[in-house]
Amino acid sequence: METLTAALRSLLPHDSVITDPVRLRTYECDGLTYHRATPGVVVLPDTAEQVARVVRVCNDFGVPFVARGSGTGLSGGALPREDGVLIVTSKMRRILEIDLDNRRAVVEPGVTNLAITEAVRDRGYYYAPDPSSQQVCSIGGNVAENSGGAHCLKYGFTVNHVEACEIVTPNGDLVTLDRMDPGYDLLGAFVGSEGTLGIATKITVRLSRAPEAVTTVLAAFESIEQGGQAVSAIIGAGIVPAAIEMMDALAIEAAEAAVACRYPEGAGAVLIVELDGPQAEVERQFTQLTEICSGAFELRVAADAAERAAIWKGRKSAFAAVGRISPAYIVQDGVVPRTSLPGVLAAIDRLSQEHGIRVANVFHAGDGNLHPLVLFDDAEPGAGERAEVVSGAILDLCVEHGGSITGEHGVGVDKARYMPKMFSADDLDTMQLVRCAFDPRGLSNPGKVFPTPRLCGEVPGVRKGVHPLVESGKAEQL
Amino acid sequence: MGVTVRQADADDAVNGVPPRWVALPETVEEVSAVLRTCAERDLAVVPAGGGTKLHWGPPPERCDVLLDMCCMNAVLEHAAGDLVVRAQAGVTMDALAAALADKGQELALDPPFAEYTTVGGTLATATAGPRAFRYGTARDLLIGITVVLPDGTIAKSGGKVVKNVAGYDLGKLFTGSQGTLGVIAEATFRLHPLAADRRWLVAETEVSDDVLLRLAASQTEPSAVEIDCPDGKNTTVAVLVEGSAAEARAVALREVLGDGTVTAEAPEWWGLILRDEVLLEARFPPARTVEALAAAGEAGFSFRGSAAAGRAYLESRDDVPEDELAATVTRLRARLEALGGRVTVLATPYEGVDRWGQVSALPLMRRIKERFDPGRRMSPGRFVGGI
Repeated sequence: METLTAALRSLLPHDSVITDPVRLRTYECDGLTYHRATPGVVVLPDTAEQVARVVRVCNDFGVPFVARGSGTGLSGGALPREDGVLIVTSKMRRILEIDLDNRRAVVEPGVTNLAITEAVRDRGYYYAPDPSSQQVCSIGGNVAENSGGAHCLKYGFTVNHVEACEIVTPNGDLVTLDRMDPGYDLLGAFVGSEGTLGIATKITVRLSRAPEAVTTVLAAFESIEQGGQAVSAIIGAGIVPAAIEMMDALAIEAAEAAVACRYPEGAGAVLIVELDGPQAEVERQFTQLTEICSGAFELRVAADAAERAAIWKGRKSAFAAVGRISPAYIVQDGVVPRTSLPGVLAAIDRLSQEHGIRVANVFHAGDGNLHPLVLFDDAEPGAGERAEVVSGAILDLCVEHGGSITGEHGVGVDKARYMPKMFSADDLDTMQLVRCAFDPRGLSNPGKVFPTPRLCGEVPGVRKGVHPLVESGKAEQL
Repeated sequence: MGVTVRQADADDAVNGVPPRWVALPETVEEVSAVLRTCAERDLAVVPAGGGTKLHWGPPPERCDVLLDMCCMNAVLEHAAGDLVVRAQAGVTMDALAAALADKGQELALDPPFAEYTTVGGTLATATAGPRAFRYGTARDLLIGITVVLPDGTIAKSGGKVVKNVAGYDLGKLFTGSQGTLGVIAEATFRLHPLAADRRWLVAETEVSDDVLLRLAASQTEPSAVEIDCPDGKNTTVAVLVEGSAAEARAVALREVLGDGTVTAEAPEWWGLILRDEVLLEARFPPARTVEALAAAGEAGFSFRGSAAAGRAYLESRDDVPEDELAATVTRLRARLEALGGRVTVLATPYEGVDRWGQVSALPLMRRIKERFDPGRRMSPGRFVGGI
């Protein structure tokens, strides 16, 4: 490690290489705090060329490296390696170019998600993907995790809004992946690869035109079932809202305790629906929505931006708010097909009762992305384990219903072991072909995404022998 | 059961290279069995859908088996409440659209040759239509895929939920891979409700970049802004508006364009490729549309495509000899690349024409190909850099 550090110091300014044990501790985890590891050394490069040089040094020494943006990830995707280098992009936060005519901005990876929107908002544009942490999370991290947010249902994910990335490949080459180029869609494969295929050093994002009209509605229902039925009816009516968010009674209680969001009293569920688009379209959809939500005991419509913010306040603060009603919690991130929501919510309720663990439900109802908050008291012996069991069982439910183990937080270290529940060995081996093409030595963020990394020298797949059809002579036509 | 295989005839040739056999699998397992057998005997395979673009791309270096996906033509699952459909690769785009329209939904892709082109072919060639401006291209609407690798391995990624970040997205990698990595067997897409109403604003008029940009950025939210210029001189602009009050919104757009007729019918050239013996795809920054249009016209090509999305098909108006076409493409490419654009030759009868131009990440692409198809049996030679 000492010779490695010396090599890094020869490449970077003195204050960009951190070895002081106390300062290293600052970087020991990302937003998922129960996985911790102190990085061997931390570097804060200022340019893409510096990132490339650092990666080349890591290759020379054969040590792993991990990239980190703002560290808001919730799956341990930026968990450092004690035997490796943590490459922090926080100094790379320049907006390099804004080109509204072509609806794009070119930014460095450390720029925050919201900063892009703030740079163009005055001129009627914004950057559409909006993770809840958008005030602090970095765009580089968003690219790594293919992060979503409330508006994904209508507007898509990071991968749909990234036009090009300059990356440093795991062997230290600086390469541009551009949607416009002919060839394989390596950009599509790179976005969401959780730092295992290299590090983005320059990102070209697509900017979206602000809609003509926005209407935000809060509907309060007596039960979560009624709320779920309303969601189905909205989609069934051919409405694709900009967002449909739902919170259950426990989540509302938490939000109320934390930020006094003043959601309707006694609600079993609240639904936040945001419609946007051309004025005429929003008006028609609003009329339909009012009819669909006729079973709601209260319907609030935001009259202005302040009221819209008030409606969103409770939802946006929900994760942090549960701290007010529970000493500890796990945020889960599973997805189910929207039509399975009622069944899955009922099953979560049963799990909760069976294990004596409270679960608060907050979710992106439109795309079936659940964020159950599994609450427990870490002072109570065995409670943490029971919460883990409930949390894992919820993921099993998601997979059983044809959903996914992660909708936006990523697999990281946290869910690597769940990957075989969703994918066969062949599926995972095939993904490894991509990994091995980019990173034959397995140095780029190792230990993430995949449960059992295989060596790239091993050839996956060819281990089946003769197909039964051929063996039996039935397929002997060639 | 067994895989149906027949002797190939001259009609089965892939850009002039005749295969020896045509295999007609009916299930994913049968695709796997065919590829495994081909792997054992080192036979080269070219997958084919409706065959509408089989003459695009360079001829394969070798071709023993044409894998005709026409029998895999089932819509497997239409979960209307989830706005999701799963279909076999051989379903034609028109057949899929008809099945979805029954429930008031659509896959918002409008590639050319929709009557014959298949789900698999559309993905493998990554063709896009006018509405890509609003809805994105095939890669943006694809949420899950099942592929068969050259050794017969069946692999899937993604799933049937829209929001999903578990694992690598093989769907992206296979979209536009031109049959060189394996066979696309099944695909799952996100859907959209069919628009309540639809209007086109059509005007035969000269355009400026400023007007085109104002159309694209209009808060009336057009789904497409298209230009047709068959002869290098006369341009027609057509703007599509979908949804409520489409008529009123189209009328509002006429204020921006300064001209035009609002109609419920698409112009007859809308989203079509009319002549593809020599066919180019131009990509360009939307703010440089007029220059791209002029460059295409001066080079002797028609221009039809999306001003807003910066993507157009260029068709050759005349039969030109090989040398001349090669030189023309080089000049046109240089001109568009200077604007930040690209020119790809999708189809040409000549081997002496550089189809791809510069490909920035070619070494990585070669490594991908080597991993997926070390035996070079899948459509060999048909893609960038001779992949």
